Amino acid sequence: MPEATENILELTNLTKRFGGLVAVDNVSLHIKRGEVFALIGPNGAGKTTLFNNVTGLFTPTAGRVVFDGRDITGSKPHQVARLGIARTFQNIRLFDYMTCLDNVRVGRHVRMHAKIWDSLFKLPRERREEERVTEEAMELLRFVGIARQANQYARNLPYGQQRRLEIARALATDPKLLLLDEPAAGFTPQEKVELMQLVKKILTRGITVFLIEHDMKVVMGISERIVVLDHGEKIAEGPPDEVRKDVKVIEAYLGKSA
Amino acid sequence: MARLHLRERIRDRDQAIYGILLLAALLFPMVSLFVSGGSTAYIAQAAHAGTWVLLAIGLNVVVGFAGLLDLGYAAFFAIGAYTYALFASAQLGSSPLHHNIHLPFWIMLFIGMFVAAGFGVLLGFPTLRLRGDYLAIVTLGFGEIVPQLSYNLPQWTGGINAIGGIDQPWLPAWITGPWAGADNVAIIQNGSCRNPLDQTHFLPCFSFSFDPVAFYVLIVILIFIAVILVNNLYRSRLGRAWMAIREDEVAAAAMGINTVTTKLLAFAIGASFSGFAGAYYGAIFSLVSPDDFFFIVSITVLVMVVLGGMGNITGVIVGALVIYFVLNTLLPSLASTAESLANTLGFTGLNTQQGDWPGLYAEVQRMQFLIFGLILVLIMLLRPQGLFPSRVREQELKHAAVQEEASAVEEGARA
Repeated sequence: MPEATENILELTNLTKRFGGLVAVDNVSLHIKRGEVFALIGPNGAGKTTLFNNVTGLFTPTAGRVVFDGRDITGSKPHQVARLGIARTFQNIRLFDYMTCLDNVRVGRHVRMHAKIWDSLFKLPRERREEERVTEEAMELLRFVGIARQANQYARNLPYGQQRRLEIARALATDPKLLLLDEPAAGFTPQEKVELMQLVKKILTRGITVFLIEHDMKVVMGISERIVVLDHGEKIAEGPPDEVRKDVKVIEAYLGKSA
Repeated sequence: MARLHLRERIRDRDQAIYGILLLAALLFPMVSLFVSGGSTAYIAQAAHAGTWVLLAIGLNVVVGFAGLLDLGYAAFFAIGAYTYALFASAQLGSSPLHHNIHLPFWIMLFIGMFVAAGFGVLLGFPTLRLRGDYLAIVTLGFGEIVPQLSYNLPQWTGGINAIGGIDQPWLPAWITGPWAGADNVAIIQNGSCRNPLDQTHFLPCFSFSFDPVAFYVLIVILIFIAVILVNNLYRSRLGRAWMAIREDEVAAAAMGINTVTTKLLAFAIGASFSGFAGAYYGAIFSLVSPDDFFFIVSITVLVMVVLGGMGNITGVIVGALVIYFVLNTLLPSLASTAESLANTLGFTGLNTQQGDWPGLYAEVQRMQFLIFGLILVLIMLLRPQGLFPSRVREQELKHAAVQEEASAVEEGARA
């Protein structure tokens, strides 16, 4: 067990190049345990690419990713998930033709112990684990408020509930750090308020939240610190109020005044 | 969990189909013996059909559950069959090994399974990084290599001459059953049929000796076991991981599923059922030839899986039986049926050869596979998801937790 560090995630000079394109350019940032940290920036600023580098979908061209005191640069996605980073996707990626309950139970996969022989012969400990996991999955569906839809195919859920299901599925992996990629995209104002409440509830579980979000109301409402990316570079960092007044940030969003 | 009422059980479609299939499997030998006046020809057909059912159940794990298109499935079938053939015939005596090996069928069944699974891993390891079409092409290649190898390694596989004289399964005398008729009593003194407790005394054994009823009983038991095991897997951590990979590999990986090992397991388990089927196939025909494992076998099994309903075990079993029936009973008898139909309807002229017209019999025979194709197209048009597509698992509906939750929420809504 590595010593509990103050920072749950540290990125040091993280760079990701695709051929000639520098998607993430020498970005360093650190996220403190138990905070809500937001990553904002105009479209194409490299926010999702940064997420993908953290979760192992991409290998960084240069730089380091340290999670919970452990260097996870270049780890595989499933290893990262096992260590305790869960994520949602900008364009929802649920298992469409599986029930909501099964979607969440897949999230529990990494914390389950049944081996192939246990499953083949339905040994008692496998049965017990399955029952326990089903209970836990139902608890999570209740937590995000879609328990009633447990037996529906994920694809048949309305959009807002799909986003919630994705969060429940991510929570099922018992993460220490939850990465939310534009969780409020396409939400009504009412849904946004509910989402903010949900994020606060997630915090009470002792989970650190790192989110990408466009909606300034959401960002200002829940996050304690913000980093702004533009063209892959970090152009500002700080509490919401400071960042909002930052000249560079205003320029990035609104363009330079003539 | 409370015991379910009979009515609820029957409402569950899959359970009902399992019930019907089991009942049919039990009644079939008696009915067919009665109808055909004691002939076991139908039972022999059914025993062959069982091989295909096993194959379809196995391929369903790969294609239906994990979503990996495997076009070379017959290769694993061949590996299972050759494994049994080599270790249960005189073949190894004429090989560079110069020593016959005769292992009992019951052990070879498992060895064949593990050998095929091993080859599944061997093939899967380098290829499972490929996706979709690319994987299909590589498996296609593998499916071609195996029969070619068995052609070209005659000192081991007998090449084009095949391996014949493969041992029959036997049962010790104390397990007598209706399938072991008195004329099948054989004292096998090569040591394979000794009393395990008393190595000096030989016991009489009941050999299967080409008795189709014995093979029928055997395959029904094998399928029964296979269905239970695959069902268990389907409703487990591993089964969900397979489906997650099928639905979205990136999301599955992000949820902590090691996609490479999970896909390998699908390949290995699919292959192991094929190896199982292969050993049985070798025993029932007592002959294993490279011609039995060509591309058409892989495709036929794939058709059974897709047409039956990918991902659904009952659908796949029914699909296998339907296709087997069409290919082996319906199509071959079509020509003579058409001929006699023309006779009874008075169109006898159709049956005689005139000029370019070869006669109805020959014409229908020529069009057999056109008709087969039409049947396939028709079924897929009418039921694009297969005969019995997989549905939301009704099992889950019955889960107490879910029901509780639903009623609690409803009560909350009413209050």
